[in-house]
Amino acid sequence: MIYFLQQTLNALQLGSIYALIALGYTMVYGILLMINFAHGDLFMVGAFLAFALATFLGWSFVPTLLAAMIALAVLGVVIERLAYKPLRHAPKMSAVITALGVGIFLEHLMLAFNPYPRHMPELMPVHIWTFGQFSISSLQVLIIGLSVSLMVVLDWVVMKTKLGLAMRAISWNIKIVPLMGVPVNRVISATFAMGAALGAAAGTLYSMAYPVIDPYMGVMVGWKAFIAAVIGGIGNIRGAVLGGFILAGVEIGVAAVLPTTFRDFISFGLLLILLVVRPHGLLGKPRVEKI
Amino acid sequence: MNDTPLLSIKNLNVAYGSVRAVSGISLDVYEGEIVTLMGANGAGKSSTLCAISGLVPYSGAITYQGQSLRKMSPDRLVGMGMAHVPEGRGIFSNLTVHENLRLAAWTQKDAGKIREDFARVFALFPRLRDRQRQAGGTLSGGEQQMLAVGRALMSRARLLLLDEPSMGLAPVLVREIFNILRDINRTGVTILLVEQNANMALRIASRGYVLETGAVVLQGASEELRDSPRMREAYLGG
Repeated sequence: MIYFLQQTLNALQLGSIYALIALGYTMVYGILLMINFAHGDLFMVGAFLAFALATFLGWSFVPTLLAAMIALAVLGVVIERLAYKPLRHAPKMSAVITALGVGIFLEHLMLAFNPYPRHMPELMPVHIWTFGQFSISSLQVLIIGLSVSLMVVLDWVVMKTKLGLAMRAISWNIKIVPLMGVPVNRVISATFAMGAALGAAAGTLYSMAYPVIDPYMGVMVGWKAFIAAVIGGIGNIRGAVLGGFILAGVEIGVAAVLPTTFRDFISFGLLLILLVVRPHGLLGKPRVEKI
Repeated sequence: MNDTPLLSIKNLNVAYGSVRAVSGISLDVYEGEIVTLMGANGAGKSSTLCAISGLVPYSGAITYQGQSLRKMSPDRLVGMGMAHVPEGRGIFSNLTVHENLRLAAWTQKDAGKIREDFARVFALFPRLRDRQRQAGGTLSGGEQQMLAVGRALMSRARLLLLDEPSMGLAPVLVREIFNILRDINRTGVTILLVEQNANMALRIASRGYVLETGAVVLQGASEELRDSPRMREAYLGG
């Protein structure tokens, strides 16, 4: 029982990070129907930025996190403007291939300046509370608490604000939105900024929990977060969060009972089965339009 | 009626690749008028509206309130008092009726005025008030058309561009919508109405243009058009 609780806590921690990254995939897909495969590498850039600020400038957790989120928001907007916007009216496949290219570019840019794995310094003192055999660290509380808070804020932005209203409208029909007086490009920029900032938060938190970072760290984590978004129903905000926690739960669960080499094989296999049963994901809905 | 038109189009051309949709149309709409643009499917009516609101590239000159609209983005035109109700209505099915209307008030910053505009729209279309919390996609065709017109009113439009409001609606509903359009016009809103249903359009419009294969073939006051033999034969059903 204690073991189960302990593993649940681990799953919540990993799931928080998957969910934060999955939100970036799902938000961009939601408005542009495009899969931003560079997003996992934005997560990596966020982690390295946090590493640099903490190591070379000695910044503590809060300024490091905020600076990484703001810088990545800017980077997200710049990438969209330079790489994706010119392809807005091209076939979707062109934009997806461009995104893969942007991702490889970011990996190798980082590799050129920093070819070695790095060790993330401690951004804050970590306390561990022990209750018999069960233990919980302040870092786990921080990661889960902060991630869930960011998700709640994002959900509020999307469901309750004017910007969120415009984002949801764009996800239905981008062509009609300008006729409502909405500057579509600004809404798209805001979406990329928010998604990238969440990716930076995930990168910072991830590298605090698993403190060895390298330029390829975004590849596997990015794929998993993308799959989490698909499980939840890509384009659906709450689905991405749900998918992140489910994927982490399956991974931790498999690793708890089988050798860890079975982890990805079994969890991805289960996901393939889920997609056969529910191709639109758990919370995704196929579109039906009334004429 | 003023001397300078509210909207003026000179020698408009629209092409999609090598397909010419509009070839050399000129037309004027004066403040306070209802002007209708009639013609069969593919005559270039919708393309003309899309050119006016900046959705498709064109050559020729379009001026609104004396200002050239070249290079003007569609969202800025809404702020200038132009509202385009697109073909097929363009309702956001995933948003509620209330959200559809709220989105259309994007350019309005004053919360008090937004409340007034909601009240005005709900007074014209009481059914939308009852269905405020319902998703746009659950409305009937007629209700969707009302919502589309309601959205245009939320932006306090001076010029309404309407693309086939009668499409797919039962005759009784078409009459209801057209009566409301006439009421809206009486509050000072100018309307450019694209219609295939020439009978209905000429009942509320003061003037009309008839398009065939992208060019104006007939134009004049509604009574003249109703009496024109060519019009009767081709569009009014004898």
